[in-house]
Amino acid sequence: MEGKLISVVSPHITGKRTTQRIMLDVIIALMPAAAASVIIFGLRSLLVIGVCVATCVVCEFGFEKLCKKDNTIFDLSAVVTGLLLAFNLPVSIPIWQAVFGSLVAIVVVKQLFGGIGQNFANPAITARIIMLTAFSGTMTNWIYSGTPKTPDAVSSATPLIAAAKGTTSMMPSYLDLFLGKHGGCLGETCAAAIILGGLYLLVRGVISWHTPAAFIATVALMSFVCGRDVLYQVLSGGLLLGAVFMATDYSTTPPTKWGKIIFGVGCGLITILIRFWGNLPEGVSFSILLMNIFTPYITRLTRNRPLTGGARA
Amino acid sequence: MVSVGFCSIIIMFVHMMHRLIFYNAMYPAEKEPDHRKRIGGRKMRLHGIKIPHKKNTADCAPVRIEIPAVVTIPMSMHIGKPAKVIVKRGDTVKVGQLIGEADGFVSSAVHSSVSGTVQKVDEMTSSMGAKIPCVVIASDGKQELYEEIRKPEVNDFPEFVTAVKASGVVGLGGAGFPSFVKLCVKDLSKVQTVVINAAECEPYITSDTRTMIDKGEYVFEGIGYLKKYMNVHHFIIGIENNKPEAIAKMKALAAEDDEVDVCVLPSQYPQGGEKVLVYNTVRRIIPKGGLPLDVGVIVINVTTLAFIAEYMEKGIPLVEKCITVDGSAVKEPKNVIAPIGTSIEDLINSAGGFRCDPAKVLYGGPMMGIAVPSLKEPILKNTNAIVAMDAKEAAPFKTTACIGCGACMNHCPLRLDPKAISRAYKLDDCEGLAELCVDLCMECGCCSYVCPANRPLVQTNKLAKGKLRTYLTNKKAEQAKKEAK
Repeated sequence: MEGKLISVVSPHITGKRTTQRIMLDVIIALMPAAAASVIIFGLRSLLVIGVCVATCVVCEFGFEKLCKKDNTIFDLSAVVTGLLLAFNLPVSIPIWQAVFGSLVAIVVVKQLFGGIGQNFANPAITARIIMLTAFSGTMTNWIYSGTPKTPDAVSSATPLIAAAKGTTSMMPSYLDLFLGKHGGCLGETCAAAIILGGLYLLVRGVISWHTPAAFIATVALMSFVCGRDVLYQVLSGGLLLGAVFMATDYSTTPPTKWGKIIFGVGCGLITILIRFWGNLPEGVSFSILLMNIFTPYITRLTRNRPLTGGARA
Repeated sequence: MVSVGFCSIIIMFVHMMHRLIFYNAMYPAEKEPDHRKRIGGRKMRLHGIKIPHKKNTADCAPVRIEIPAVVTIPMSMHIGKPAKVIVKRGDTVKVGQLIGEADGFVSSAVHSSVSGTVQKVDEMTSSMGAKIPCVVIASDGKQELYEEIRKPEVNDFPEFVTAVKASGVVGLGGAGFPSFVKLCVKDLSKVQTVVINAAECEPYITSDTRTMIDKGEYVFEGIGYLKKYMNVHHFIIGIENNKPEAIAKMKALAAEDDEVDVCVLPSQYPQGGEKVLVYNTVRRIIPKGGLPLDVGVIVINVTTLAFIAEYMEKGIPLVEKCITVDGSAVKEPKNVIAPIGTSIEDLINSAGGFRCDPAKVLYGGPMMGIAVPSLKEPILKNTNAIVAMDAKEAAPFKTTACIGCGACMNHCPLRLDPKAISRAYKLDDCEGLAELCVDLCMECGCCSYVCPANRPLVQTNKLAKGKLRTYLTNKKAEQAKKEAK
C-alpha cells in the first residue's frame, strides 16, 4: 500500500488547452481557405501548400536536431507557419522558391531567435516580405484561370492593383471579391472562407475579437475618410487573412486587451498609408511586421495594473 | 460600410455567445444582488477560471468513522507559533482535554481528539517543512468526554474572544489562521460587514456545503453571537451557484433576518479567495499587505462560524472535522467526520478504502492542495478534504516553451503578470518583482491551470515571493545599518 507518493507543488490539475490543441485549431480554421484556394486556383495550389508545410516541418526538425534541442514538430506550429506562408504566395510560384521561403521562415525568423514563442516577428509574414523583395517577378505573377471566357490561364491583376491603376474594367464585383474569384495569393482571395475560419477561432477562444475588429475597422474608417470604396478595400488584398490569422499570432502581438486594440489600429493605419500613398499596391504584411516590432512597447504600456487597492506598489 | 458594421456585429455576437455558453455555469448567478446595489461602488469583473466542479459528495451526509487505534496530533495546525505540549508520556487523556496550550498571541490551543493514553511526545515534519512537536495518543476506544467540559460563560465581547480562543478553532476553510485573532478587533466600530465565506470554489470539496445543509441553524446562531458581541449588523453569505441545496437552506434561514444577505456568486474559481470574495460581495479592494478590516470587513469561513456557535452551546473544543474523501484513487467518495490526528491511511481505509494504489494524495482540493509525502500524515484542524489521485490523474504535466498567449495574465484574479514575474525571477531582478507586486499573489493556481504550455507559474511565483521577501529584509537591515552609522 505504502508506495511512493508524488509530491509536487499545486495546482494538481490543468486545463485541456495545450499548445498543440491551439495550433490544431488554427489549422482547422485555415482549412476552408485551403479548400477555396484549390477550387479557385486549381490543384497546383495543393502542391504549393504541401511543399511549404513539408519544408517547414523538415526544417524545424532538422534545425532542432542540429542544435540538440527538444523536438517541437508535434506542437504543429511549423505546420501553421507553412500553411500561412503558402497562403501568401501566388499559385505560379516556382517550387524551389517556396522551399526557400519556408526555410527562411522557420530557420531564420523562428529558430534563430529561439524557437516557438521567442520570435519577435511573424515567420510567414517576414518570409513573404523577403521573397517579395528577392523574387519580385514571380511573387507578383498573379494568375487567375477561373474566368469562364478564357479557358487558358492568363495573367491578371489583383483587385488592389486594378484599383490603384484605376482600371475599373478589371475590378471584380463585390460578390466575386467575397467568394474569391479573382487574382491574388492562394489563401487571401476568398473572404468567405477566411471569415468562416475566423469565426471558428473566436468560438474556440483561440483568438479574441479585439485585433481583427480594430484592424478591419481602422481600414474601413480610413477608406471612408479618404473617399475610397470601403467594402472593396476591406474585402480585397490580404487584409482579412492578415487580420484574422497573422495579427493574432500569440508571440508577436500584445497579449493585453488594449494592446491588441492598439496593435490592430496601428496595422490598419500603416496598411492604408501603403495602399493609398505608397508604391506598393498592398501593405498588410508590412504593417503587421512593423507593428510586431512595436509589440514589446505596446505590451509594457498596456500591462494590467495589479489589484493593490490604494496601497502603493 | 454596412457590411463592415454587420461583420463586426456578428463577431461581437459570436464572442458574447461564446461567453454565455462556455463561461456561464449551470445555475444563473444573480447579476447584481440587492445589497450590492445598496453599496454601489465600481463594477469591474475580476478574472478567474472555469474548472470542473466534481462536487460528487454534495449529497453525502457525513458519517463518523471508526475511532483509530492511534492518533498523531501536531502542535502546529495553525498559522503562528506552535502550541506548547502540556502532557507527558503515560498521561491519561480524554476527548477535549487540553494537551497543548497557545504560545504567544498568534497561536492556538490543541485538544485531545480521543480518550486514551499518551504514547509519546514526538517531533514531526509538517507539510510546510518545519519541525514541530506532536503528541501521539493510543485510543482506548471509549471516547469519554473530558469532565471539565461545559458550556462557556459569555457575557461580553472580551469573554466571547476568550471563549473562541479556548475552543482552539482556526480558519477551517484551509488557511488555519487562529479565528480569535481575527475577531479580536480593537475598534469594533470599524467593522461594517461580516462576509461569510461559503464559496467553496475548489473541485471535489463539499464539507462546507454539508455544514450549510446539516448545520445551517448553527451558522445563523453564530451570526447571532457576532451581532450580540461585536455589534455588527450586516452579514453577507457568499455562495457559489453550484450548491443549490445549500443556497436554498441559507435563503430560507436568511428570510427571517433582514441583516443577512445571501449572495449567490458565479462558479468561477477562485471565488473563495479572500480578496476575490470581498470584492465580489462588497465591491471593495483589500489593499496590498492589508487585511479585510482595512475595508471594514471581517471574512469568516462558514464552517468556522458554525463551529463557534456549536462550541458556545456545548463547550466541546475542536477535536473532529468533517472531511470530503474523493479522487480517482478512492473507492467510495464520501464525507466523513474524523478525529483530528487520524492518519490519512486510517481515514481512507475506514471510509471504504482505495480503489487502486494512490499516486498522489492531497490535503485539500486539487487547485491549492498540498501533496502529502506519506499516508501516515495526520488530519489537521484545517483539513477539509483528502483527495487521492491514481497514477493517471497524477501524471506530471509536460512543460513546453511559453508561446506568449497571455492566458496567465488574462486569468489572474489579482491582475498580475506571471510571465513577467518568472522572467524577473530568472534575472534576479528583485526591484522588478516588487514592481510586479508578486507579493500580492495568493497562489490560487489559475495561471498554471490555463497555461497551454503547462509552465509551473505558481511555483515560480512562490519562489519569487521568497526571493523578494529576503531581498526586502536585507534591504531594510542595510538601511538600518547605514542609519546607525
